[in-house]
Order: sequence, then structure tokens, then C-alpha cells
Amino acid sequence: MRVGAVTFPGTLDDSDTARAITAAGGEAVALWHGDADLRGVDAVILPGGFSYGDYLRAGAIARFAPVMGEVIDAARKGMPVLGICNGFQVLCEAGLLPGALLRNAELHFVCRDQWLKVENNATAWTTRYDAGAEIIIPIKNMDGRFAASQSTVDELEGEGRVVFRYVGGNPNGSLNHIAGISDPTGRVVGLMPHPEHAIDALTGPSDDGLGIFLSVLDSVVNA
Amino acid sequence: MTDTVDIAKATPDQEQPYRELGLKDDEYARVREILGRRPTDAELAMYSVMWSEHCSYKSSKVHWKHWSKNTTPEMRAKMLAGIGENAGVVDIGDGWAVTFKLESHNHPSYVEPYQGAATGVGGIVRDIMAMGARPLAVMDPLRFGAPDHPDTRRVLPGVVAGIGGYGNCLGLPNIGGEVVFDPSYQGNPLVNALCVGAMRVEDLHLAHASGTGNKVILFGARTGLDGIGGVSVLASETFSGDEGGTGRKKLPAVQVGDPFTEKVLIECCLELFREGIVVGIQDLGGAGLSCATSELASAGDGGMRVELDRVPLRATGMTPAEVLSSESQERMCAVVKPSDVDAFMRVCAKWDVIATEIGEVTDGDRLVITWHGETVVDVPPRTVAHEGPMYERPIARPADQDALAANGPETLPRPSTPDELRAEILRMAASPNLASRRWVTEQYDRYVRGGTVLAQPADAGMIRVDEVTGRGVALATDCNGRFVKLDPYTGTQLALAEAYRNVAVSGATPLAVTNCLNFGSPEDPAVMWQFEQAVRGLAEGCKELGIPVTGGNVSFYNQTGSTAILPTPVVGVLGVIDDVRRRIPTGIGAEAGETLLLLGETRDEFGGSEWAHVVHGHLGGVPPKVDLAREKLLADILLAGSRDGMVSAAHDLSDGGLAQTLVETCLIGEVGARVFLDPDQDPFVQLFSESAGRVLVAVPRSEELRFTEMCTARGLPWRRTGVVDPESKSLEIQDIGDLPLAELREAWEGTLPALFG
Repeated sequence: MRVGAVTFPGTLDDSDTARAITAAGGEAVALWHGDADLRGVDAVILPGGFSYGDYLRAGAIARFAPVMGEVIDAARKGMPVLGICNGFQVLCEAGLLPGALLRNAELHFVCRDQWLKVENNATAWTTRYDAGAEIIIPIKNMDGRFAASQSTVDELEGEGRVVFRYVGGNPNGSLNHIAGISDPTGRVVGLMPHPEHAIDALTGPSDDGLGIFLSVLDSVVNA
Repeated sequence: MTDTVDIAKATPDQEQPYRELGLKDDEYARVREILGRRPTDAELAMYSVMWSEHCSYKSSKVHWKHWSKNTTPEMRAKMLAGIGENAGVVDIGDGWAVTFKLESHNHPSYVEPYQGAATGVGGIVRDIMAMGARPLAVMDPLRFGAPDHPDTRRVLPGVVAGIGGYGNCLGLPNIGGEVVFDPSYQGNPLVNALCVGAMRVEDLHLAHASGTGNKVILFGARTGLDGIGGVSVLASETFSGDEGGTGRKKLPAVQVGDPFTEKVLIECCLELFREGIVVGIQDLGGAGLSCATSELASAGDGGMRVELDRVPLRATGMTPAEVLSSESQERMCAVVKPSDVDAFMRVCAKWDVIATEIGEVTDGDRLVITWHGETVVDVPPRTVAHEGPMYERPIARPADQDALAANGPETLPRPSTPDELRAEILRMAASPNLASRRWVTEQYDRYVRGGTVLAQPADAGMIRVDEVTGRGVALATDCNGRFVKLDPYTGTQLALAEAYRNVAVSGATPLAVTNCLNFGSPEDPAVMWQFEQAVRGLAEGCKELGIPVTGGNVSFYNQTGSTAILPTPVVGVLGVIDDVRRRIPTGIGAEAGETLLLLGETRDEFGGSEWAHVVHGHLGGVPPKVDLAREKLLADILLAGSRDGMVSAAHDLSDGGLAQTLVETCLIGEVGARVFLDPDQDPFVQLFSESAGRVLVAVPRSEELRFTEMCTARGLPWRRTGVVDPESKSLEIQDIGDLPLAELREAWEGTLPALFG
């Protein structure tokens, strides 16, 4: 299974994402922002970081990179796509996911080990978790406060598209404690916390994040 | 009109503003003597900035003899590069070389906290890149004035946000550091920055401009008017009245950082290193191109010719002196063979990094810089970079040093009843210097790059270097300025001992030392006495421990009026661990059934202690005794304990003594413990003394006998001090009382958010 990890200028967690894909048993494929080419991957991850320095607005410039045209096309055809942190911001800017990520409520960068509840284990990225499972993985961002119109939030909640929710405290003031959401198909998912930094208790708070990478390998096999 | 060498020759008597630029009369005279004429504006800018205290180490260099005198061949053998290079390099095994360095960015961070601290991170990271290494992690030892002073509320949040804003965007984990408050730092906060990087041993790059005909390439950000500082004196003279003149005066002397550009520059540099097309490389930091060109040429085997007008600018109307002095951030300078220039440019283009050929290595021994065809600099580069002035400043032991020592803490009222002792534990845990640093460290990304094994609040930060073998490094920085004030020689050795011990408690073997020596004015003989004592203490201490000083940094003039800061020689120790999987964590409770053992001896030592500071606002007496042989033994025991799986947690005893160590081990491990003090010693002394050479370890009950027999056999005093109680939610100290973890956590974690949140 080939899973791509995109590098934009300023992407930081690309090598960590590749490590997590490999740890789950997949083949990590490096994708370059300037190449309109997905190199035959079965799924794509947009990793965290500060693409283009987060200038203008987090994710706003990366969304126009040549590789993103391919990602958007592939997503519309059903390829599993995951956006982590800055990648989530890029997916929102690209219109693949609704809502926006605003400056954290306390206006600080926040790096902490965060408990999450898996609200939907039927997406392409969450089948390995039990419904309602609580997992701990790191969160680290400046602009992580999920915001959307009331009707969008109602729609997300009503359709079960809130995939992850913060528990044990809301670190950034996100609406309804939302940490991650999906598109209507459950193939495109975005979340602020970093599962790639929770694949080994040696270098993270747990290995709870590995389930995300294992799930997508299952979904590609079963597709 | 641009001042050229021809004009300088024709107008030998022209007045020059050398005093405003910081040169003394005799220094200016020496420049004239070296050149055989008056310097041009551009040359004057170069000499004045390169001969400044910051760049030339003119007051401290004379004391470097202590390093060389105390470095044995055995210690030297571990170093691949040492003092004089951008950063020291040591061999850590498995073919890996590690480079690390500490540097100060104190004054800029006081003037403009966010940018000052941010560019401090940027500068130290480029130093590490200039050695050919991939930067792996950063840490920041910080000192601020009184926590409740209004200016501290301006400086601290800005500094923390700047370090986070730059480091997080750059993608380097922040794995530790210090936050210390003392009124002496009011007006002179210390913002020191450390970076550690790694490379394969064969990939070490040194800053040499070798090979006649090789090209000099400037790459990274454009050069602007930021960070020019004193050289604006020349600009306002030359341009007075014209449109450029007024605008440029408004630009900040503190540089402005762009971490995104630096991140891209790092990846670009690493790709250039991988391609093997870099002969020599130098970062542009303090003194900008003046420093980079003169140091590259000076360290090489020839001269250099630079066409300064080729430098890409971000401002119009800049003079050659300004271009040479600008401290615009995120720039590097490389020496490249002509045949590799195309490949070099291709890599830069891939990363959208601006790269410009600005000159070449020549076979002469002069650094010649032209500006639109006219020569504006023609100097022997060594006289700029390496042969600056050197002063033997007067040294005098301060008149009040004896009175300070005589004013010991022995007469301070001490708590004695269980209630008083219990209240004191809570008060100390909540005091600004001991309270949790979480409010600060949560603003730093400690996870990025996926190699962080230990970070704050652990005693040392630890990073995995080799993902296959698990080989890694541990780092700690320490300094108790109060100890140094009471006795600079011993106080500096205590800083060394603490950093060494903090590395050892992580399970790593201490290997090398760096430092950032923050002091007051070198023109004050009392400050120079502190400095000389500190350098000698550190050098002789390192010899005793058998680990070399690989580099360092000096920051003088940290004083307001005639009042200097507490002398603060921050010591950084680097250790190696063959497999990070056997690291020793700080928090207890990892294994079911652990015994707590206190290693080392506790004496009645309160001079310079946190207790005397917090409870009585007292500073006097003598600091705790330092015993480096004991520290070495302690490190050996911890290493053996870690290798054989005999130690499940360890935390050193330092500021705040045993009480603070117990509070932290329980809160970090999120489990309670039952502690029994020695009935034959004053409980107050046991709880709050800051005797050095002590560590609290948790050992699995099954390993207790084996571990304690090893300590006894090797002559390390130990005492069974308690047991971990996973069922309990409190720290229970026999005969003193119960301290619920919730109450301790509120005290420990509430302080900084209340002050700065």
C-alpha cells in the first residue's frame, strides 16, 4: 500500500508522517508541492507544519500548490485523504472540508498531550478504533480553534461527521469541542492533533495514533 | 558619495566617527597602522563591529588559556572540532558526530522581547548548520527580573512567544532549558539559546575559504537595513538630508526574524551537503557579511574578492558599510568549486532560496571588496577576524566579598513543627523559581521530528539520533547565579556538577561541555574577578570530570548603571546514550512496587539556597560544597543502574532540596509516595538543604538489594527514604503529614499562569 505524504515549503511533520505510515506497514511516498503528480499512491496525507510560513492565513497559500489540484481530484474520486493540523487547515481552505481553524482561544501556541474521543469509527481513517474509544495524542498548534456556521455544525453533528472530540478540557475553544471532522463520504478526514507523534510510547505519550494509519491501510485493501 | 580606498588615500586627515562606532582611540590608531592609511567608511564599519566585545572577545580571550591548560590529550581526543569553530563537535559513536552550542541574545531581547528571542534561536541554529549538521533540537536557559515586576510581564511573555514562534515554525523540538527569576536581571534579562545537531563524522564542514578560483555564494534572505545598530552613524553622516537618511533612522536595531525562510534554508543546506558541493560554509550572524567574509577568508589559505553590489538587497540606497554590517537574518555564505556552481544554484532554486555569486577566493592574502567597480575594502582578513585587540583587564576581588561570606544563613529562623514544615513545602513548591514551567514549555513544540525521548520537566532533554540503533544524546543547562555570586569558582563548578548530574540521571554518559558566560561590565575589576574565577573553576572542574569544553560564548555588560547581574555562567553538558530505550524517566510509578532511595549526603547547607531566597530574601554565606569525584561516582552508578534495569526513575536534588524533588517526582509520575525521614537528622535540613551530589532514585523492589549492594561496594552513601504507593493520591511524609497531590499540583502549577497567563 502506497501512502503519500506531501511536503510544502514549511511543512514540518512530513518525516514523522512517513515514519508512522511505515510503522503501520505501509509504503511511505514523498510527494512534492510543486509536482502535479501523486505517484500512484492509494491514499494521501497532508502533514502538519507551517506551509508557506502560514502567511496570509494558515493553509491559504498551500491550497494553490500544483499537487493540491491532484489531491482534490483524487479525493472527489474517493481516495482517502487525511489532513493533520496544518494539513487540516489546507483541506478547509481547499473546500474539501467545511469550517475554518482560527487562533487558539488563549492566543498562545499550545503543545500538550490531549485526550480525544473517537466519535465515528466508520471513516476510512478510524476503523481500527472502538466506537467511543478515548485516546491520548499530542496537540501542537497556534490556530486550532474549529469554527463554522451553526448550520454547518448542526450538519456535521447530525451526519456523524464529527470524528474526534476533545475530552478532559478544550485546549483551544473549538466549537462543540471538535478536534476532527470528515467529508460526507468519510474518506476525507481532518484533525488538529498529531497521531503521527503517538506511534511509540518512547517518543510520544502513547501509541494510540497508530490506529489511524492502520485503518487507512485496511480501507485501501477492502476498497 | 561612496568612500573608496582611493579617496581614503587622498584624504588622510578626514575626521571619522570611530568613537560613535565603539572604537577606542588606540584601536582606531591601530587600524590606521594596519592599513597604512585611514580606513574607508566600509572598513571602519567592519573593524568597529568585528573588534566589538561581542565579536572579538577582547576582554575574555586572555583567559582562554585556562581551557587549553586544562584539556588533557584524552579529553581532546573526543573532539572533532573545538573552540574557534562555529560550534564544538564530538564523536558519539556509530559514526555520528554531534555539535552543540549555547549563545546569548540578551540585550536585543530586552529591547524587543519577541524578535530578540526569536532571532536568538535563528542564529544558534545557523551556527549548527555551518558545521554541516542537521539541527535536532533547541533549548533556552532564561533569566528574568522579579516575577511581579511590570517590566517582567512585558519581557517574559514576549521572549517565550518569540522562542516558540520561531522554533515551532522552524520545526525544531524544544527539549528543555531554564526559567529563573531574580531582581538582579531587571533591565538585563538573559536569553541564552542552545542548539544541538548531528551529522555523519565524514560530513563535517568547516568554515574555510580554500582553493583559488572557488566561488563565494551568498544565499538565503535579502540584505536589508535591520540590525545595523551603531553603523547608522556612518549612514546619517553620509546621507544626511537626503530621502534615505530619515527613513533609515527609524529602522529597528533589533533584527526581525522569518522562521519560514530559515526552515527552507535548513532543508536547502542539508540537500547541498548531501550533494557534496560545499567546500566551506559560514552563517551570517552578528556583524553580517563583515564577519562572514573576513572569517571565511581568514580561516582559508588565500584571499577573497567580493563584489558587494551583487548582494541582493531589500532596501534602496544602502551604502557599502550598511550592506557589510546588516544583520538581516536567514543568510548563509558558501564557498563552492566553479564546476559545482550550477548544481548549487539548482538546489537553491528547488527550495526557492535566492543565491548569488558575490565573489571568489583569490591567491593573495587580502580581502578586497568592491562596490560598482571601486574598491571600498582592502584589508588583511586576519586583522579583522582573528587579530583584534586583546585586553588584560584589571581584576580585583570585590571589597564586600568577605562580608557577603560572613553573613551566613545560620541565624535565619527555620520552621520546626510539622505544620510549619508542611506549609513551607507548599510555599516553596509554589515559589516562582520552583513552580512548574508548564505555562512556558506548553508554548514550545517538543514533539516535531519525532525523536524527543525526554523534554521538560525532565532533568535533561534527550533526542534519538539514530533510529536504527537507538543511539541518542542528552542535554542539560544549569546555573545558580546566587552560588556564583557567593563564590564564583565553586559556584561555577556547582553549575557544572548540576548539569553533569542532570545528564547522568537520564541514563546518559556526560561527554562534553559548552557554556554561555553572562556577566556585568568587564571594565569593573570586581566583575573581571568573578569572570576569571568562573572560567578557572569551569576549566579545572571539566578536567577533573574528564570532559572537554568544546565551545562557548561570553556576554558582558549585563548591568544597569554600576549594578551588575548575578554572575551567570550557564553550563551546558552533552551526554551520549547508546540506546534511548533505556533512558531513566523523572516520574515515579512506572513499575508496580518501587522503593525510593536517596543517594549522596545531606549537610546543613543553605548559603544561596532557594529557601533562604524565598522565605527570607537572604543571600549570604558560602555555597554548598562541591565534590566532583562524588558526582562522577554518582554518574557511574546511575549508568550501571540504567544498563542493568535496576533504576525505574531518577530525579536530581537541587533548588529547593529533597522536598521539591519529592513533590516533582510524585506530580510528574501522577502517583503518591510514603516517605520516612532520618530520625537522627533535623527534618528541615533533610527537606530543604541544597547539598550537591544527590539524586533520588526509584528502584523496583526486586532490584533493591542488588542496587544498594552496588552503592555500598563503591562507597556511595544511600538511604532508604520511602516507597511509591500507586494506590495513594498523596505525598505522605512521616511525622510531618499528608500532602494531597491535588493540593500540591494546585500550588506547583498555579503560579506562572497567575503571573503571566
